[in-house]
Amino acid sequence: MTAPTIDRQRWMAILARASRAEIAELVGPELPRHELLKAPETGTVMVEGRAGGAGRRFNLGEATVTRCVVRLSDGPMGFSYALGRDARKARLAAILDARLQREEATSPLHRAVSDLAARQAAAHELASRKAAATKVDFFTLVRGA
Amino acid sequence: MYVAVKGGEAAILATHERVAEARRGDAAVPEISVAQIREQQALACARVMNEGSLYDADLAALALKQAQGDVIEAAFLMRAYRTTLPRFGSSEPVDTAQMAIRRRVSATYKDLPGGQVLGPTYDYTHRLFDFALMDEGAPSVMVGPDPTISGREGASSTTAAGDARVEPEHDGLHAPLDARMPRVPDILGAEGLMEPEVAPEGDPRPFDLTREPVSFPADRDVRLQAMARGDEGFLLGLGYSVQRGFGGNHPFVGEIRVGEVSVEFVPEELGFAVDLGEITLTECQMVNQFAGSKDVPPQFTRGYGLAFGHSERKAMSMSLVDRALKAREFGEAAEYPAQQDEFVLYHSDNVEAAGFVEHLKLPHYVDFQGELELIRRIRREREARLAAEPETLPEAAE
Repeated sequence: MTAPTIDRQRWMAILARASRAEIAELVGPELPRHELLKAPETGTVMVEGRAGGAGRRFNLGEATVTRCVVRLSDGPMGFSYALGRDARKARLAAILDARLQREEATSPLHRAVSDLAARQAAAHELASRKAAATKVDFFTLVRGA
Repeated sequence: MYVAVKGGEAAILATHERVAEARRGDAAVPEISVAQIREQQALACARVMNEGSLYDADLAALALKQAQGDVIEAAFLMRAYRTTLPRFGSSEPVDTAQMAIRRRVSATYKDLPGGQVLGPTYDYTHRLFDFALMDEGAPSVMVGPDPTISGREGASSTTAAGDARVEPEHDGLHAPLDARMPRVPDILGAEGLMEPEVAPEGDPRPFDLTREPVSFPADRDVRLQAMARGDEGFLLGLGYSVQRGFGGNHPFVGEIRVGEVSVEFVPEELGFAVDLGEITLTECQMVNQFAGSKDVPPQFTRGYGLAFGHSERKAMSMSLVDRALKAREFGEAAEYPAQQDEFVLYHSDNVEAAGFVEHLKLPHYVDFQGELELIRRIRREREARLAAEPETLPEAAE
């Protein structure tokens, strides 16, 4: 997998986890001129698991997913795929995907996405710390000793 | 044969109005919002997502609101909505070894790599009412002895002086959990003591019972899909039956883990995996007693359960029945209901089961008229026969 693809996978994952409000803030008050190649569409993806975690694949159940494809007036195409049914978020995220491909890695938008990623990582870490507070040491009692 | 009836439109429209009124209840009580259900009734939402076979917490909350909390009716709404959506494809298989753990316990090892993490659980609660929850408007999450049960006579308000409860203080003081926690059966597997769990040759696409009719004997992928969308109560009863001797397994919980897992999907037009976000999953790995043969030394055997959301009872029940349904693979006699795939798979779907049971209350007037006429005719014939028989009876007795 090429380096640009890995970068793109990373920001698409960050945008998929972001709220609509967070994404709207990244886009800013004015939308860049764009064409909707595929209007926001909600469907499902069948989520697969594996028996025992590592064995035979099986269908666990579906999840709602919304996707959108746009093209900015100056060229690049942007995609978004994310869990849920938020059409507005899908459109804005697709616009961001297009802009992020076009812009230098040091651009303000890229930095803002990195900040968002840091906030998401911090939320994960807090959840992990809270879980760690419930870590337990059980000890066995010897009967009849 | 069922013969349809017509009419009753006005009455049916009126019943929809009565339902809307019943759903709303006392108008003096504030209406509950979908977001409140999603955030504060998350375990009910998880059950609706599982049995509705659709992961979407907002829709599950809406379904519960619309169905007045009737979980099976809510699952039915989810199933019906799902049929209106296009399916973009299948995800990459989720990797539960990469789960962001919120809870992880094992009944087989007390010291396991990564540790035992109780997380949010009712296991160690006293099952005493917390009447403080009746007091609305309390500022935030509070823990500790509830003043209404700690001896202060007549105390009804949690905010009154004397409240011993405090805000949680165990956050942020602890180092985060290990980034990767091994699945417990994999630890046993490394020693060769556990039945291996490997994908079959070529890692085939799983069977999808929503697209193709099921035939028997059913393979494990079919059984796991059916149980994942199956009724929690039905699987709980079957799992319980296995434990009580109607199935003969002696299980240990190797591991239960609850947390968030990424879902990846490869859109055709992109050709690389896109991370769609995270879903909450509960996984249960049950360790059962041995099976061995001439060629294989005795090994522990596995039962597997996986469910949407925090759904421990469901995942545990599923893993018990999964192991019971492997009876044929291990050459065990399938004597009990939990070991019979046709019985389990045909009766675990509560939307189908409710449909067939509850259709009995719909008009069956023509069928019943037929039955009525039949029984009247049988009785007429019997009376005629008895009337003709008295003279012959004494002879028959000789």
